[in-house]
Amino acid sequence: MTAPVLQVKDLVKEYGEGDAKVRALRGVSLEVERGDYVAVMGASGSGKSTLMNILGCLDVPTSGRYLIDGADVGSLDEHRLAVLRNRRVGFVFQSFNLIPRMSALANVELPLVYGGVGQAERRARALEALERVGLAERVHHEPNQLSGGQQQRVAVARALVTAPALLLADEPTGNLDTASTRDVLRILDELSESGRTIVLITHEDDVAAHAKRVIRLVDGEIVEDRRQAPVGGPPPRRTGAAR
Amino acid sequence: MNQVEILRFALRGLLANKMRSALTTLGILIGVAAVILLVAVGEGSSRSIQQNIQRLGANTLTISPSFSGGGGFGGPGGGGGGNTGPRTQARPLTLADAKALTDRAAAPSVRSVSPVVTAGSATAAYGAASHSVAQLVGTYPSYFEATNKPVEQGTYFFNDDVLAARKVIVLGRTVVEELFGTVDPVGKQVSVSGVPFTVVGVLKEAGSSGTQDADDVAVAPLPAVQQSLSGFGSLSSIVVQATGAAATTTAQAEVTAVLNQRHGVTTSPDYRILNQATLQETVSEATGTFTVLLAAVAAISLLVGGIGITNIMLVTVTERTREIGIRKAVGAPRGAILGQFLMEATLLSLVGGLLGVLVAFAGTRFAIAGIQPVLVPSSVALALGVSVGIGLFFGGYPANRAAGLRPIQALRHE
Repeated sequence: MTAPVLQVKDLVKEYGEGDAKVRALRGVSLEVERGDYVAVMGASGSGKSTLMNILGCLDVPTSGRYLIDGADVGSLDEHRLAVLRNRRVGFVFQSFNLIPRMSALANVELPLVYGGVGQAERRARALEALERVGLAERVHHEPNQLSGGQQQRVAVARALVTAPALLLADEPTGNLDTASTRDVLRILDELSESGRTIVLITHEDDVAAHAKRVIRLVDGEIVEDRRQAPVGGPPPRRTGAAR
Repeated sequence: MNQVEILRFALRGLLANKMRSALTTLGILIGVAAVILLVAVGEGSSRSIQQNIQRLGANTLTISPSFSGGGGFGGPGGGGGGNTGPRTQARPLTLADAKALTDRAAAPSVRSVSPVVTAGSATAAYGAASHSVAQLVGTYPSYFEATNKPVEQGTYFFNDDVLAARKVIVLGRTVVEELFGTVDPVGKQVSVSGVPFTVVGVLKEAGSSGTQDADDVAVAPLPAVQQSLSGFGSLSSIVVQATGAAATTTAQAEVTAVLNQRHGVTTSPDYRILNQATLQETVSEATGTFTVLLAAVAAISLLVGGIGITNIMLVTVTERTREIGIRKAVGAPRGAILGQFLMEATLLSLVGGLLGVLVAFAGTRFAIAGIQPVLVPSSVALALGVSVGIGLFFGGYPANRAAGLRPIQALRHE
């Protein structure tokens, strides 16, 4: 049994001061094992995005411990944190967050550039990742020449390209139409099947149905933690499709 | 993450906003070009002034009567009908004074002495053409060497001519052009204020020194001019040439001693000595100040250009906050972000600086306001160095702000 990819203990996040103080997270504890596919659900304001930002090391918790791959994030300095974001975590945003005026290929290469990977290898890996999300034909298009679904697939490729221990997706289908949503979810299912650990945020039951485990968050606390499929097996919808 | 990648990101960032980058570069370009050009103009004018001074003669002292000398106060003496003489108490400069200065024992540092009389407003005529000569000089042959007036055509006049008071004359280029046009003047007769003189030579063109045309001149033997034009009065000045550049100060001391003795001077002398070397120093000091002033004005425009860079970089950072957030989210370390924005600012200022140097190089090929600018290499290095420094310094603040952003803050920025 390897150590969990994610270990979160009593995570608290507060915004503001005094009367305006908002407690977005009120002591969240969570463990995610390698290969798991977790959907975090909750209404808006339930703290799920805050949780995601902390898991992605984009934000820091007010208190609580957080370990990725056994490394305590709280004790890392800024530089190590950047390296951690680069190597261990892949992040997919609801609003895609591709850099404009850079080709799909350049966007996917970006994490590898900061990771210090050489040009030839970088290109090969980026092309491979783009092929995996089905965009081999559109590597030289800029974000504004791509549809929303295609942009999100580029973003997924960017998150994948460093082969991170953890793939975080913050409402990845929130801005997409049904067809694109299906494409992106299929890619995530495939990734899960190939053993990648995924944590996904959503408020749609349809999306959550793809996950092996569903966590429901209300007012910054976990109220439900339900397993839909075993960690080792394929994701539920994938098995359904195979049948 | 290596430097080449940072450079590529910076270039891409700049090219994304070509117009803005170009205008910012223009600000630095103007600053750098202004610094180099204005310093070059200052240097050019300083050199041309010094050349003009040198053209007046090297290692020479010019002694002229002083109107304020001889003690006492009050206006110029009411001597009445005398020639433009000094005050009655003051003794005029005489030929005897000039002779005394040639004494090897009393003035060993003196190489030659040329007594000079000048006749104002002499009109020279040849055939139908006439010309009012600005400066008609009667002197000895040594004058040509002492005042650096070489003859281009024909010959000088000689000591024989002086002794015999022959009416021969050497003309300046302007006078020749006015009177003869393209005709060869040597051997021709010109009449100067009605007195006929034979032209023996033409002076080499000296060019104008400021407002005065140094070529509007005619030089004749001293007694010839005295006989026919100025009368046998006092001398206008005595030109003394020292034995060398280093000897001018000793020569000045010796001349002072001789003249003080002859004129019985105790307190303030009744003559003035103009030392070419001292004049040159004073003038170069003055032009130096002038150059510094120009450079200061130019430096301000360079500073304004630098503030332009800060401004643009601040706008860029604000505008691209989201991009910074994305870069940080995919694992860009602080140094990489800092490097990228510093590189952008430095590229702007470096490119602007280099273009400014090019413009300045081109600009110094043309005469500006009659002055041929002289490029000062140190000003090029300084302007370029300062422009790059400005990029680093003024780009540093926005770049640091960009690098210090927390990823989530940057991503939430709209």
